[in-house]
Amino acid sequence: MTLLTTPLDGLHRELGAKMVPFAGYDMPVQYPMGIIKEHLQTRESAGLFDVSHMGQVLIEGQGAAAMLESLVPVDIESLGIDRQTYALLTNESGGVLDDLIITRWGEDQFFLVVNAACKAQDISHLQEHLTGQVMTVLPDQALLALQGPAAREVMKTLCPEAAQLVFLQGCHSTINGVEVYVTCSGYTGEDGYEISVPGAHADALARSILSFEQVEPIGLGARDSLRLEVGLCLYGHELSTTIDPVQAGLLWSISKARRADGERPGGFPGADIIFNHIENKPALRRVGLSVEGKRPVRDGQLVFNGDGEQVGQICSAGYGASIGRPIAMAYIKRELGEPGTALFVDVRGKQLPVTVTRMPFTPQRYYRG
Amino acid sequence: MSNVPSELKVASSHEWARLEEDGTVTVGITDHAQEALGDVVFVELPETGDTIAAGVEAGVVESVKAASDIYAPVGGEVIAVNEQLEDEPETVNSDPYNDGWFYKLQPSDITELDALLSPDDYQAKCAEEE
Repeated sequence: MTLLTTPLDGLHRELGAKMVPFAGYDMPVQYPMGIIKEHLQTRESAGLFDVSHMGQVLIEGQGAAAMLESLVPVDIESLGIDRQTYALLTNESGGVLDDLIITRWGEDQFFLVVNAACKAQDISHLQEHLTGQVMTVLPDQALLALQGPAAREVMKTLCPEAAQLVFLQGCHSTINGVEVYVTCSGYTGEDGYEISVPGAHADALARSILSFEQVEPIGLGARDSLRLEVGLCLYGHELSTTIDPVQAGLLWSISKARRADGERPGGFPGADIIFNHIENKPALRRVGLSVEGKRPVRDGQLVFNGDGEQVGQICSAGYGASIGRPIAMAYIKRELGEPGTALFVDVRGKQLPVTVTRMPFTPQRYYRG
Repeated sequence: MSNVPSELKVASSHEWARLEEDGTVTVGITDHAQEALGDVVFVELPETGDTIAAGVEAGVVESVKAASDIYAPVGGEVIAVNEQLEDEPETVNSDPYNDGWFYKLQPSDITELDALLSPDDYQAKCAEEE
């Protein structure tokens, strides 16, 4: 299979990136700086990420909000113009097809950003269910994420209007004369932006952003460790068609208005099963695990209690560069989910002690005005 | 990739071996290997006093991305391990041929070194694989 490339492919290679296949795209996993330094760079100053592999979709038509509400357990009706929300596309069994960001561009116009790996499936799911809506996939649109405490300072020069945005707010604007849509969002736990820009202008914009001394290019490796450290879910790890939002600890993503006792209860796929889980607590829950010592744990490794019984499994693991030790997320039996609980992970036959830890491991630092 | 120092011999599994003047052999991993692994965060070494045979598993290198087994390039008794790697595993990335050494062996059969690759052959092999 030929890998797809993003409009920044040439730039990545010029910058000396190590390219790896990811969701059908040839993507930079790291630059010469290396994953740990790139992670720290983003927490301490700012990093530029190419996330153009993600899908960008526009949905327009009368009643688009109500139509979207039939697919996600979120209060879309009361979402303000240029405001965004995290949302889960649920399935009939209460599992998750994908997680996405929905931004309201107009009364009947919504801009969606979906995961690269789920893009094709999401698009057909939307096509099938959003009758009477015009759906436009924007394959020529690139997406750049500028993340970190210095991001706002950089944005003040690039696009003063966007420098005013608060978390989960967006604006149509121009940068260097090019029309863009900028949102104050991202997936690193830091203040920052995502910039949707026509692919033909993406390289020039990326170079312009990288010309600021506060900014370095950051690969997917650090993107993963950054999101893990702030306890954010990654589809295919913490989320899947067999994990429901309650189990995933994403009850907050089910709007009050859409819950069993809300104004517009249910009406999304799997609502009854999800309501049942809200009521009766699922058997498993997502927790953070702190690892003692330096030996890392890995995705898929099994978690045991002190009696040697298997009580869960790791769904994401990595090196928490900001806290200087390995960390993980796992699904474990609900009753063992209290912070401080001592457990063990089987690392190739060795029982490594771990402790259930409250997440995020490092604080999220979004700008809320 | 920096050149493999000419006095080393290299296993195709990317461990280098250096015959010291006192007849012991120092072992580490190549610059090519550390580069491919990425940031090293943990190294599991054999214990002093262990006897290991050429080609068997002699530890694990864990990078931010993955765990890789390391194999003994020659057999013998482990007489020292690099304890600095416990606190500063990143030394494997920054100085793979010197401060980033893994362990020292008293070789049981010095001729095993002859079965390893010369630096030139190793580099040619790496270039071929890329």
